[in-house]
Amino acid sequence: MAGTTHIKGSSSSLDAARVNSTRNGADVWQIVRWVLLFGGGILMVLPIVYMISTSLKWPHEIYNLSIIPKEPTLDNYAYVLEDGRFYTWFFNSLLIATATTISAVIFDSLVGYVLCKFEFRGRMLVFIAILSTLMIPTEMLIIPWYMMAKTFGWLDSYWGIMFPGVMTAFGTFLMKQFFETVPDDFLEAARIDGLNELEIWWRVAMPMVTPALAALAIFIFLGNWTAFIWPLIVTNSPELYTLPVGLTTFSVEQSVEWELIMTGAALATIPTLIVFLIFQKYIIRGVVMAGLKG
Amino acid sequence: MTSWKKKLLGYTAGAAVSLSSGAGWAVEIEYWQYIFDARIKAMDILIEKFEAANPDITVKQTTFPYADYRTKVAAAIPAGEGPDVVQLFYGWLNDYVDAELITPLPTDMFPPENIEAEFFPMVQAMKRDGQYMALPTAVRSLALFYNKRLFAEAGIEGPPATLDELIDTAKKLTKKDGSGNLTQVGITAGMNAQDHHWFREVLVRQFGGAPYDDANTTVTYNDDAGVAALKWYTDLENVHEVTKFGFMDEPQAAFKAGRAGMHIDGSFRIGALNSTRGLEWGVAELPAGPDGMKSNYSSYWVNALTSKAKGEKAEAAKKFIAFVTTDEAMQVWLDTVGELPAKPSAGLTDENKMNPTFGPFINGLGYAKTTVFVNESGQRQVLMDATQRIFLEGQSPEDAIAAAAAEEQKILDEHYN
Amino acid sequence: MNLYRSLTIKQKQVVWAWTFLAIPMIFYCVIRFYPTFNAIALSFQEWNLLGARTWTGIDNYTKLFSDPVFWKVFKNTFIYLILGTPISLLVSFIVAYNLDKVRFMHGTIRALYFLPFMTSTVAMAWLWRWFYQPVPIGLFNNALATVGIPQFAFLNSTTWALPSILAPAVWAGLGFQIIIFMAGLRAIPQTYYEAARIDGVGSWTILWRITLPLLKPTIVFLVVLSSIGFLRIFDQVFNMTSNNPGGPLNSTKPLVLMIYETAFSSFDMGYAAAQTVVLFTVLLIVSLTQLYIMRDK
Repeated sequence: MAGTTHIKGSSSSLDAARVNSTRNGADVWQIVRWVLLFGGGILMVLPIVYMISTSLKWPHEIYNLSIIPKEPTLDNYAYVLEDGRFYTWFFNSLLIATATTISAVIFDSLVGYVLCKFEFRGRMLVFIAILSTLMIPTEMLIIPWYMMAKTFGWLDSYWGIMFPGVMTAFGTFLMKQFFETVPDDFLEAARIDGLNELEIWWRVAMPMVTPALAALAIFIFLGNWTAFIWPLIVTNSPELYTLPVGLTTFSVEQSVEWELIMTGAALATIPTLIVFLIFQKYIIRGVVMAGLKG
Repeated sequence: MTSWKKKLLGYTAGAAVSLSSGAGWAVEIEYWQYIFDARIKAMDILIEKFEAANPDITVKQTTFPYADYRTKVAAAIPAGEGPDVVQLFYGWLNDYVDAELITPLPTDMFPPENIEAEFFPMVQAMKRDGQYMALPTAVRSLALFYNKRLFAEAGIEGPPATLDELIDTAKKLTKKDGSGNLTQVGITAGMNAQDHHWFREVLVRQFGGAPYDDANTTVTYNDDAGVAALKWYTDLENVHEVTKFGFMDEPQAAFKAGRAGMHIDGSFRIGALNSTRGLEWGVAELPAGPDGMKSNYSSYWVNALTSKAKGEKAEAAKKFIAFVTTDEAMQVWLDTVGELPAKPSAGLTDENKMNPTFGPFINGLGYAKTTVFVNESGQRQVLMDATQRIFLEGQSPEDAIAAAAAEEQKILDEHYN
Repeated sequence: MNLYRSLTIKQKQVVWAWTFLAIPMIFYCVIRFYPTFNAIALSFQEWNLLGARTWTGIDNYTKLFSDPVFWKVFKNTFIYLILGTPISLLVSFIVAYNLDKVRFMHGTIRALYFLPFMTSTVAMAWLWRWFYQPVPIGLFNNALATVGIPQFAFLNSTTWALPSILAPAVWAGLGFQIIIFMAGLRAIPQTYYEAARIDGVGSWTILWRITLPLLKPTIVFLVVLSSIGFLRIFDQVFNMTSNNPGGPLNSTKPLVLMIYETAFSSFDMGYAAAQTVVLFTVLLIVSLTQLYIMRDK
C-alpha cells in the first residue's frame, strides 16, 4: 500500500483526458472506442430516462415501452408537489442529511486522523473494531436502536433519526487512508511552532485533505438522503417523515402507483444531481485519491 | 439547558396547563392503521362523530405506509410504544395474541352471544377462550372483475357463472402475437395476489374437499380434491393457455392496463379501479363449481385493544371500539371506503345487494369462509412455491400438493405446539 | 496541568489520542458495539419481540445449519459475490481504461456512467423488473422478439433470476468503480510508459506487465469494498422479488433477506440474530483474508 503517492501533474489535468502517444492507425480506433463508450454511457442512463419518462405518463400508459408518452402529462408532478407534505419531507431530508454530513465529516476525520497519526496501544484494535461495524446489517440494529431511542426519549424527533449516523466507519476508514498522504514533517513543524494537537488537526492536516472531505461529504449526504428503514421506524408523526419514507405512502395495500413512485424518485434525484454537477470536480479529485490510497 | 431538565420543565408545564383547563382530564387515545386515503378519511369522520358523543375523549390517528406497517408495529411494541387501539389484519391475530400485545374485549361490553348474532359468521375466527379479541368494521370478499370493453369486443354477453364457462370465456378473450406470446390474457393468475385464497377456500371446496380441519390445525387439501383444484388452476396456463402466471408482473396491473379479460380480486380493489382512466369494468360473483357449489373467501382488518392501554385509556379505547363497530359506523365506512359492513344488518340490505358494484361481493359474504392463518405470508409462499414447481420444474400436481401440504403443516405445527 | 507537563512526548500523544477518541468511542460502544453484542447474545435465545426472552443455547444454530433453505441462501450469497465482484471490476476497468484515452466529451461520458450511482434503488429495481418482463411489456423480450429470438425468462427462472437481479446491482456500482480505476490509472507515472515504448513493447504487454501491477492497491481496495457490498446485497432482491421474496423457489434469496424475513415476518428474533452472527462471521473472514493478502504484497 502506497504511503505517499503523489499525483502527477496539476489537478486540472485530472479532468482532461490523457492522450496516449502511441498511435497505430489509432484514429479509427479512437472513433470506435469513443462510439462504444458513448453508447455504453447511453445504455447506462437508459433506465433513468425511462424513470423520467414514466413520471410523465398517465397510469394506463406506464407499461408502454415508448420513451415519449403518447399523452404526456405533468399530472403526477402536480399531484406530488401539490401535496404539501412533499415539501415537509424534502425539508426534513435536507436538514437531517446536512446535519449528519457535517457531523460525520468532522468526527470521521478526527478519528481517522488519530488512528493514522498517533501511536498508542490498542490502535489496531480500535481500528478493526470500528471497521467491523460495517459488517452488521442495519436491519438487526434497528430494534435495539428503537429501544434505546425510547429509553432516552428520542423517538419521533430529528435527533432520533440522526443519531445512528453522526459518525461512520466507512468515513473513518476513508479519512485514515487520506491522512496517510499528509507528511509528518508538516505536523512536526506545527508542533514546534507551539500549536496544540487540536489546532494541528484543524488548521494543518484538514486543509491538506479537502478533496477527501468533499468526497466524504457527498457519500454521507447521499447515504442519508436515501436512508429509509431507520427514519421509518423511529418516526410516528408524518411531519417528521423524510423523503424516502414519505414517498412510500404512494404504495397502498396490494397495489403500487408506479407513476408516482417514479415521479418521487425523479424529484429526489434532482438535489443529488445538482450536488454532483457542482462538486463534480471535487468528487472526481476526491474519489480519485481514495482509490490511490486503497 | 440539558435535555432532562427540558423534559421535566415540559412535563410540569404540560401538567399545569391540563390541570387548569377546567373541564377535567381529556383522555387521549391513539389509533393506528395503515395509509389508505379513503380509510383515513373514513376514520376521521368516525373520530369526529365519536368525539362529539364523548367530549372527554380525544382520539389521535396515526398511520403508516402499508408495506411497512408490520415492521413499524414490530419495532414499537417491545419498546412499549404504540397505540391503544390498533388495526390489524385478522391473519395476524395469532402472532399478536401469543405475544400478549392485545387484550381480550371484556364480555360485559362485548358479549359473545351478541357478536355471534349480529356479525357475519366469519368474525368468529376472532374468538379465543370464549372472548373476542378484536372486531372488524368492514370485511372484504372476492369477486370476478371483468373488462366490459373486452367482453363486448369478443362478443361475450355476460360473465361466466361456472368454472367451465370461465374457461370458455377466457379462451375467447385471449390474444397472442405472431410468435405465440400472450398479449392479452383471458384471466389473470398468480398465487401472489388473491388467488391463493381463491384456491384454498373456493376451488378446493368446489372440487369436493376442504383446506383445513375444523380445528384449523391440520392441512386437509392433500387429497384428490386438492389435486384436482390445483390441476384445474395450473391447467389454465398449461392446457388451455388462457393465462400466464406472472403476466405483466402482477395480476391487478394486467387488469388495470386493460390487458386481462377477467381478474379475481377483493373488494378493496374497487377504489383503484374507479380511478383508472379508460377502464370499463364490471363485477360478478365467483363462478360456481362443477356441481353448482358456490364459495367465497372473506378477510378483514380488525380493531383490537392493546395491552399498552390501561385504566382510563383502556376504558376510552373500549368505547371507541364499540363505536366503530356499530351499524352506523359501518355504513360510513361503506360509503367512504367501499368496504362491506361486517354485520348482515348493515350489509345485506336490498339496496346494497342490488348495487352493481357491491352486490356480488355482498352476496358472496353470505357463503364466505375465512382461513385462520398462522403465518399468512409463509402459507402464501407455500402455494406460490407449489405452482412454481409445476411450471419451472415440471412437477406433477400430485407431488406439488403433497409437498405444499407438508410444508404448510410444518408451519402450523410450529405454531400450535 | 503539572501532571500533563511531566509526561513524555509519547505519553502526551496517548493522552491526546484518547481525548479525541473519547466521544467517538462512547458513540461506537453504545450505538454499534452494544447492539452487536446484544444480537450475539440474542442468537442464543428465543424472543418474538413481544414476550419474554428465553435462553435456548445453540438451538437456533442447530436449526439453522440443518435447514436446507439456509444452505441454499448461503450458496446464493456467495454466488452474488463470485459473479458480482469479478464482472463489475472487469467491466469498470475496461470502461475506465478506454475512457482514460478519450478526450471529446470526456466529462459528459464520465457523468453518464456515474449517474446510476445516485438514483433511488427502489425506483431502479422496479424499472429493471419491468424491463425483464415477458412480451408485451418487457423491453428486453420485446427487443428479442423483434429479431425473432424466443422469449427469455429472466426473473421467472430458477437459474437466471439471480444473475438478472445482480445486473442492476452491478450497474449501479459501476460508476463508482470506474472513477476509482481512472484515478489509479492516472497515478501511474508516464515515465513507465515512455520507457516501455522506447523499448518497443506492445500495448497489450504494457497493460499486463506495467499497468495492472501498478494498479494493485486500487484493485484490492475495490475488491474488498465490493465484496462486502455483494455479500450484503438486499435492496435489489427485496424490491425486485417483492411478490415472491427471494424467489423463485429461494433461488435469489441472500442472507440479509432471510434475516429480514425472520425478524419482521416471523418475528423470530433469536433465529434472526443467529443468522446475523453467521453473516458477520463470513464478512469478517472474507475481509480479513483480503486485508491479509493485501498486506503481504
